[in-house]
Amino acid sequence: MKDIILVLYIITLISLAVTNRMRNYVKLLLFQGLLLFALSLIQLNEFTIANLIWIAVETLLFKSIAVPSFLYYLINRNRITREAEPFLPHFASLAITMIIIVGTYLLAGAVNNAPVDNIFIVAAFSSIFFGLYFICSRRKLLSHLIGYLVIENGVFILTLAVGNKMPFLVNLAVLLDIFASVLLLGFFAGKIGDVLNDTDIESLTSLKD
Amino acid sequence: MSFFTLDSLSILMLIVLAIVLVPVVIHSFIYFRDYKTKRGSKIIFFSALLMLTVALALGYMSNHITMTWVFTEITTLAAGLLIYHHREELALEAVWKYVFVCAISVTFIFIGILFWGLALLQIDLHELTYDNLMSYAPYMDPFWLKMGYVFIFAGFTVKMGLFPMFTAGIDAKDNAPGPASAMLSSVLVNLGFVGIYRCYAVMVASSEAQWARIMMLVAAVLTIFIATTYIVKVHNVKRLLAYSCIEHSAIVIIGLCFGRVGTIAALLHIIMHSFIKSGLFLHYGQLAKVYKSKMIEDMGDYLNINPFGALVLLLGLFSITAIPPSGLFMSELQLFGAMLAEGSWLMMAIVALLLTVLIWAICKIVISIVFLPRPRSYQQHRFKSFAVENITQLVLFLFAIYIGYFNPSYVSSLIGDAASLLF
Repeated sequence: MKDIILVLYIITLISLAVTNRMRNYVKLLLFQGLLLFALSLIQLNEFTIANLIWIAVETLLFKSIAVPSFLYYLINRNRITREAEPFLPHFASLAITMIIIVGTYLLAGAVNNAPVDNIFIVAAFSSIFFGLYFICSRRKLLSHLIGYLVIENGVFILTLAVGNKMPFLVNLAVLLDIFASVLLLGFFAGKIGDVLNDTDIESLTSLKD
Repeated sequence: MSFFTLDSLSILMLIVLAIVLVPVVIHSFIYFRDYKTKRGSKIIFFSALLMLTVALALGYMSNHITMTWVFTEITTLAAGLLIYHHREELALEAVWKYVFVCAISVTFIFIGILFWGLALLQIDLHELTYDNLMSYAPYMDPFWLKMGYVFIFAGFTVKMGLFPMFTAGIDAKDNAPGPASAMLSSVLVNLGFVGIYRCYAVMVASSEAQWARIMMLVAAVLTIFIATTYIVKVHNVKRLLAYSCIEHSAIVIIGLCFGRVGTIAALLHIIMHSFIKSGLFLHYGQLAKVYKSKMIEDMGDYLNINPFGALVLLLGLFSITAIPPSGLFMSELQLFGAMLAEGSWLMMAIVALLLTVLIWAICKIVISIVFLPRPRSYQQHRFKSFAVENITQLVLFLFAIYIGYFNPSYVSSLIGDAASLLF
């Protein structure tokens, strides 16, 4: 079951790579949140009930409901419909994503002494590197935010892998999620969207030497 | 297990924080006197300053790697509020970049912590305190240890201002108000240093010290190279100071790689650098008031316009470029001595060459501000200047000289004790 969820997760990454519409990004993020919710319920079987509820609230309410609906709100308010002219064509994007996934798979295979399942490492690292690639290759600031959220999801998968032994780290990962997302999203909603109407990185190039 | 500890390193950094904070608060009041500010903005500014101070103090004292991480994250929030004090588009761009890069770097640190957690799990341990990590480092899996350190180091570089994540910090220091930049370039850098220092101590305790050392040396030399190339072409006083800040951070990191002597020099260097750099950023407030610009082209004849201020600026120039009587001269001398003692001639030659170019560039700029005739754009106007605005910087510079040359025993014993964490 774990494997199926993680493979589905990796498929969402591939589909993020070839999507251009903002709404679809958000739908995929929502789906990732649901996958993480299911994964945490299966994986964290040694947790106390209270702690498990807290994790469930974070993955279900925060990751799959609050953040996506907030992103929808931002998209509607700023009228951002799609990623205008991505830096790379779809085929190249797909190829790079495949390279990332295969690369992390080979990397995880090379590490044969890991105390966790290899599939967790593959999913987590694909997500982290894909998020970095996504940030580099998109123009809209909102896409950068989505790239960051994908990285966060990757980190969350990695914490789930060690979760049973170190519950402290899982709770910290949840805090990281909430803190950083609220900081970035709140900031975006409050300021960037108002001041810079067309939220393109081209409008953020005035600081230089 | 306790989450916090008061060891020599944290005491040293807390003392630096306490000393730097006093002139920063004084200059914040001066800043608000000169530039009319709404009450709400003032409240936000001082609350953010307070939050930054508390987060820094707790971050220095953390004994648990996750606590260092948590407080590093809180400093991002506080620093963001300080940078965005002006509510204008440039500040918005700076703060967005800063917060975004910091969010990614904090995630990197967390990934590194997870890897170290994995390595500890393999030997059936759960507590990520520094003591625990250091005593069990020799038994931890080298692969996870190294991977973790790469991510932790890369994450902390954004706070300390090193290659690869220094860029956000430069824009932030450029756009924050002077007193806030003084905090960002001195005590916040120290937090990044404390994080790297404590994690490097874990690597030294393991058998992978040599590997970590090479990585840090590469990052540091690249940083000095970048700082030099940018300073030669810089047009903005604040960016000049910000680039000089990353150069000194790199020197400190090089110090950590050269044994006990180098480590002591590095600790001495970062303490004195905090005083000098905060003093220079505070002095920038007066330059901005006199010339109403932060561009070097708009400045000149400072010696006649503000004689006492010009003398203080010259002392600051000597201090930051490590020309005697600067305290930094002593620490850099010690550092180069340590490099020669280990036979790293090539390394020393590269660093010395880059530093020479850098010192030339800084001297050229500051001397042109002080001595060259005033530019056409300058318009005579009266400005309110109180002696205290210069005296605070003077005290900071003199303090650095005092520590460098007289080497008071309480400071040197604290530094020696802090260095024994590594060697």
